[in-house]
Amino acid sequence: MVTNVTSLTRSGLSDFLVQRVSAVIIAAYVICVVGFFVANPGLTHGDLVRYFGSLSMKLFSTLAILSTAAHAWIGMWTIGTDYLREAHVGGGATALRLIYQSLCVLVLFVFVGWGLTLFWSLG
Amino acid sequence: MKSSRPVSLTLNPFKFSWPFTALASITHRLTGVALFGVLLGALYIMQLALSSPAGFAEAKSLLAETWIKVLVLVVLASLVYHIFAGLKHLLLDFHVGDTYEGAKLGAQISIVLSILVTAALGVWLW
Ligand code: HEM
Repeated sequence: MVTNVTSLTRSGLSDFLVQRVSAVIIAAYVICVVGFFVANPGLTHGDLVRYFGSLSMKLFSTLAILSTAAHAWIGMWTIGTDYLREAHVGGGATALRLIYQSLCVLVLFVFVGWGLTLFWSLG
Repeated sequence: MKSSRPVSLTLNPFKFSWPFTALASITHRLTGVALFGVLLGALYIMQLALSSPAGFAEAKSLLAETWIKVLVLVVLASLVYHIFAGLKHLLLDFHVGDTYEGAKLGAQISIVLSILVTAALGVWLW
C-alpha cells in the first residue's frame, strides 16, 4: 500500500498547496531570468556576475532554488507513487519506490547545496 | 488525515485510447520529469558562465554548438509547456475551464501559446 509517510508535508492537501505556490515562484523567476538573457544580447561575464550577485537576485535565486526542490520532490513523489506500485511492478514495489525516492532526494540535495553555494559566493 | 493516498487507475497505456486532453496531461508530467533531469546540468552551465571571463567564454562556445542549442531548445520547450499547462492547472483549481469542453479548449490554448513562445525562443537562440 502506498502511504503518505514520505510525502513532503505528510498531507496531500498541504503538498498540493506547496506545489502551487512553488510553481508560481519558479514561473516568476524563470520569466525574470529568461527575460534578462533575451533583453541583453551582448552580455559580458561582468554583467552576468553583477546581475546574479545583487542582493535581490541572491534572495530571489534562493527562493527559486528552495521552491524548485519542494516542487520537484512533490512532483516526483506523486509520479513514483502512481507507477511504482504492486499493481504495476509486482512485490518489490515498496523497495523500488524507496530507491527511486532516495535518488530523487540525493539529486535535490546536491541541487540545493550547489545552487545556494554558487549564488551566495558571488562577489 | 488519511494515511494512504488515492492512486491513479491501473491502465495499460498501450490499450488506452489517449484522448487529446490525456496526451496534454501526460506531456505535462513528462516535461516535469525532463526538467528534474536537467536541473544539475543547468547549474553546471551557470557555474561555468559565472566562474570567470574564461569560463564565460567557454559556456558561450558550448552554447554555440548545434547539438547543445537543440538540447537547450528542447529544455526551453519543456519549460514553456510545463508553465503554460501548469498555469492552466492553477485556473482549473479555481474552477476556471474545468468542464469537458473547457478542458479541451484550455489544453489547446496552452499548446498554441507554448508553440508560439518556443518558436520565438528558437529564433532568439539562432
Ligand atoms: C524547474 C522547474 C520545475 C520542475 C523540475 C517541475 C517538475 C514537476 C513535476 C515532476 C511534476 C509532477 C507532474 C505530475 O504529477 O504529473 C510537476 C507538477 C506540476 N508543476 Fe512543475 N516543475 C517545474 C516548474 C513549474 C512551473 C514554473 C510551474 C508553473 C506554473 C509548474 C506547475 C506545475 C503544476 C501546477 C503541477 C501540478 C500538476 C498536477 O497536480 O497534476 N511547474 N512539476
